[in-house]
Amino acid sequence: MTLIQLAGVHKHYGDFHALKGIDLDIRQGEFFSLLGPSGCGKTTLLRVIAGFEGVSEGSVSIDGRDMRGVGANHRPTNMVFQSYAIFPHLSVGENVGFGLRRDPRPREDKAKAVDEALEMVGLSGYGKRAAHALSGGQRQRVALARALILKPKVLLLDEPLSALDKKIREQMQVELIKLQREVGITFILVTHDQEEALVMSDRIAVMFEGEIGQMDDPETLYRRPNSRRVAGFIGMMNFLPATIGQKVSQMKSRPAPPPGPDNRGLLQRLKDIGRVVPPAPKALPEYETGIEVKVAGLGRCIVPPEQIPDRVGQGETIVGIRPETLSILFEGETTQRNIAEAVVDEVVYYGDMTYYDVRVAGVEKPLTISMKNLIGRPVLDVGVRTRVAWDERSLVILGS
Amino acid sequence: MSDEARRGLFLVSPPFLYAILLLAVPVVTIILYSFWTDGYLEVVPDLTLENYTESLTDPLIRQLLVRSVGVAMAVTAATVLLAFPIAYYISFHVRPERKSLWLFLITIPFWTSYLIRVALWKVILGYNGVANSVLDLLGFSQEPVLFFGAVVGQVFEPVTWFNLSIPAIVITLSHAYAPFAILPIFVALEKIDRSLGEASRDLGDGPLMTFWRVTLPLAVPGVVAAVLIVFIPTIGDYVTPAVVGGDKNPMIANFVYISFLKLDNYPQGAALAMLSMLAVTLIALVFLWLNRRWLRVGR
Amino acid sequence: MRSLRVYAVLYLLFLYAPIVLLPIFAFNDSAVISFPLSGATTQWFTGLADEREMTGALRTSILIALISASFATVLGIFAAMAGTRSDFPAKRPILGLIMLPLVLPEVIVATSLLIVIVQVFGLDPGAWSIIVAHVLICTPFSVAILNSAFQNLDPALEEAALDLGESRRGAFRRVTLPLIVPGIVSSFLIAFTISLDEFIIAFFMSGNTTTLPVYIYGLTRFPGKMPLVMALGTLLVAASIILLIAAEAMRRRGLRRAGLKDTGGFL
Repeated sequence: MTLIQLAGVHKHYGDFHALKGIDLDIRQGEFFSLLGPSGCGKTTLLRVIAGFEGVSEGSVSIDGRDMRGVGANHRPTNMVFQSYAIFPHLSVGENVGFGLRRDPRPREDKAKAVDEALEMVGLSGYGKRAAHALSGGQRQRVALARALILKPKVLLLDEPLSALDKKIREQMQVELIKLQREVGITFILVTHDQEEALVMSDRIAVMFEGEIGQMDDPETLYRRPNSRRVAGFIGMMNFLPATIGQKVSQMKSRPAPPPGPDNRGLLQRLKDIGRVVPPAPKALPEYETGIEVKVAGLGRCIVPPEQIPDRVGQGETIVGIRPETLSILFEGETTQRNIAEAVVDEVVYYGDMTYYDVRVAGVEKPLTISMKNLIGRPVLDVGVRTRVAWDERSLVILGS
Repeated sequence: MSDEARRGLFLVSPPFLYAILLLAVPVVTIILYSFWTDGYLEVVPDLTLENYTESLTDPLIRQLLVRSVGVAMAVTAATVLLAFPIAYYISFHVRPERKSLWLFLITIPFWTSYLIRVALWKVILGYNGVANSVLDLLGFSQEPVLFFGAVVGQVFEPVTWFNLSIPAIVITLSHAYAPFAILPIFVALEKIDRSLGEASRDLGDGPLMTFWRVTLPLAVPGVVAAVLIVFIPTIGDYVTPAVVGGDKNPMIANFVYISFLKLDNYPQGAALAMLSMLAVTLIALVFLWLNRRWLRVGR
Repeated sequence: MRSLRVYAVLYLLFLYAPIVLLPIFAFNDSAVISFPLSGATTQWFTGLADEREMTGALRTSILIALISASFATVLGIFAAMAGTRSDFPAKRPILGLIMLPLVLPEVIVATSLLIVIVQVFGLDPGAWSIIVAHVLICTPFSVAILNSAFQNLDPALEEAALDLGESRRGAFRRVTLPLIVPGIVSSFLIAFTISLDEFIIAFFMSGNTTTLPVYIYGLTRFPGKMPLVMALGTLLVAASIILLIAAEAMRRRGLRRAGLKDTGGFL
C-alpha cells in the first residue's frame, strides 16, 4: 500500500534547481533510504516531505491526502534532525513529551507515555536529566523517542548517525532496524553512507543532482546498478569497455563453478543480519544460449539475454565488474571460470583482505581485485605475472 | 515571492518603518533645510547654497569647522595609537583564560556616566585642579603650571583658533573613547592565525619584521573600524568642548545648538550638521579605500 | 614583553584615574576639588537628597531609559529574527538603514528629528521626542546583541518544535523565546544604559524636560556644585557596575543554556 506519493516534484531556489522532477512511491511499513553525495537534493526532498519546504511544482501526498498548504506541524510526519535539535532548556522527559501538549489525555497518562518512549529507546530513568548533559548517542535516542511518541505515519531521519563514532553508529544501525520492525512505522532515512543505506533499507533511492538515478532493493542496487554513476557510488567497481555481439547458442563446455569466495564482505554482512537470502543454486542447462560479449582485457564470453538491459543494444558499451568477483589464480590453483593474463601493478594489504591492482592487455586503467587472505595464500609482489579468473555472470552491462 | 521572503519582510517591517519615518524622513528633511533660505520668522523653501558658502567663508565658522575636524583627527590618532599596544598585549601576551577579565577591566570605565567622566577631567586639568594641586604639593611653582594648557585656556583669552585648551579636549575624548578603539583592534588581532607568525619566523623574519609584515597588515581592518568608531562621535561631541574647553573652543555641535535653539536659524544649523556628516563620510571613504588597498586580496 | 606589560598597567591607570578620584572627592570635606584632602564627610551625599531637581531628573531619565530600552529591544527582536532566519528582497539596504544610527553622529539624529518636530509639525519637543530618538539610536545595539543570540540558536530547534505539532507562534514561545531570554535581557540592559547616559539628544530636545545628564551638565557650570557631582558620580558608578555584572552573568548563562562554550570577550 502506497503511503507517500511524490509526483513531478520540482524545487527551485532562485537559479538553483534542487529537485528536478521527483516521482516516488513509498510503501506503508517500509524502511526507505535516500542515498546520494552531498548536495544531491536528498535532504531537500526529506524537508519537502516534512513540510519545511514547499514545492515549486508537483505534488506530495501522504496517506492519500494532498499535502499542499499543510504545514510541518499538521503533517503525520516526525523528524529526527541531523543535529538532533534537543531543546537545551528542557529536561530529557520534557523534550520527549514536547509534542504531547495538545494531547487531551490526562497528565499521568502523558507521563506514562514519556516513560514508555524512553524505555523503548533504552533510556529508562533518564527523564529528569538535563538535556545538554547527554552524549551523542543518547541525544539520538531522545530525538527518536520524542518523534515516535507521537505515533507518526512516517519517521524522517536526516543523517541521524553521521555525528556518531563508527562503533556506536554500527550498533545504532542494528537498533534502528529492530525498532522499525517493532513499531511498524515507515522510516525514511537520508544518508550519504552507501553501506549504511544497504544495511538498513528495504529500498533505496540513489540521487544525483536533484534526480533519482535508481530506486531498488539493496541487492539489486548492488548487483545490477543501472548506470556508471550508481555503480561507482555504491561499492567499488571496475569499468571496462566492451562490445555486445550476436545471439549465439553453444554447447556448455564446463559445469557450474563451485561457490567461490565471491561476494564477501558487504554482502556477507547483509546475509548475516538476514537482509539478503542467498539464492539456491540453479541447475544449469546443457546448452547455453546467450549473447556474445567481448570485454577489453578479459576476453569473450556468453551472457544470458536477461542480463543485458533493454536499453543497451549491440555495439560499444561499458561493463562493470566488482573487485570481489574477480580472483587471482595462485600457483597450482585451477578454475572452471574464464581466465585472463595479468601483471600485478600495486598491492595494498588490509589484514583480512589484500587489494591488488593488476594490468591486463589492452586496458589503460588497472583492474582492482580483492582477495581474502586464506591460510596458505601468499601475497604477491608488484611485477609478478599472474592469471585472473572471472565469471560472466558478474558482468554488469551499463551501456555507453 | 517565497514564504520565507514574505515572513522576513513581515518581521523586518516594524523596525524598518520606524527607521524610515524617524530616521530617513528627518535626514532628508535636514538635507533639504540646509539648501533652503532662512526667512524672518519661517524658513523659505528657496533653494540656495548660501548656508554652505557662508559656513565656509565666515572666518568664525570656518575656524570652528577646522577646529572640529582637527580635534576629531587628533583624538582619533591619539586614541588608536594608544589603544593598539593594549589590544596587541591582550591578544598576544595575555593567557586565554585571562582575556575576558582584561576586556572587562577596560570596558568598566566606559560604562560610567560620560558627563561625570568629562566633569572629572575638568577638575583634574582645570585651573586650581587636581593636576595643579599635585604639582603644588610636589613643590613646583606657585604660578599656575602650563599643564596641558587647560590652565591657559581658563586664564587668558584664546589668541588664535588653536589654543592650549585643545590638548585638554583631546585627552578627555581619548579617554572617553578608548574601549571603542581597543575592542575592534583586539577582535582583528584575535582572528589572526597564530601559525602565520610562526611561518614568518620560520621563513627568516625576526619578531619586528614579523610584526611589520604579517601582524600589522592583518590588523588593518580592526584599525580602520577603530578609526571610524572614534571619529564619528568625536566630531559631533558637545559636552567636552563646553565643559573642558571652557566655552572658548566650541566645536560643530556647540554651534549647531546655538543656530537651532538660540539664533533660530535652522538652515544654517542644518548646513553645519551636514558638513559634519560630510567630514565623517570623507574620512570613512578614505579609510575604507586604505583598507581595500592594504588587503588587496579579498577576505 | 615586559615593556608592553608596563605600558598596559600605565594605560589602565589612565583609564581608571578619574574614576578612582570620584569617591575620594565625594567624601572630601572641601568645596574645592584639589589636594591636599581636608577630611572626611558625607555631607555631599546628604546634600544630594535635597536637590529636588536632581531626583526629578533621575526619575525622568529612568522612565525614558525604561521605555526606550523596551521599544528598542522589541524592534531589535524583529530585525534580528528577520536578519538571521530568512532571506528577503533588499535585505542588506533595509538592515543597513536600521543599523545606520551606529555610524551617524548623534547631533545629526538630534537636529534632523528636531527640525521635523518643531518646524514641520510645529510640536514642542519633550520626553516623548527624546524617547523616539533614543529608540532610534539604541535599536542597532539591540539588533547586534540579539543577532548573536539568534545565531547561537540551532534553527533546527524551531523546526523540531513545528515538526512536533507546534504552530509558528507556539514554537517561538516555547522554544525560541526561552532560549534568547538572556540575549533580550542584555539587550535591554545595554539599551537602558545608553539611553540613561545620552546627552546630546536629550539636551537638544530638552524643552522643559531635564534628564540626568542634562542636569549634571548644568551642575558642571557651577564650581561650587562640583562635590555634588562627585557624590552623584560615585553612586552612578556603583549602580552601573552592578548592572554590568548582571548583564555579563546573563550572557554567560545564555551560553550555558544554549550548550555553548564561553568564547570569552565582552560585547
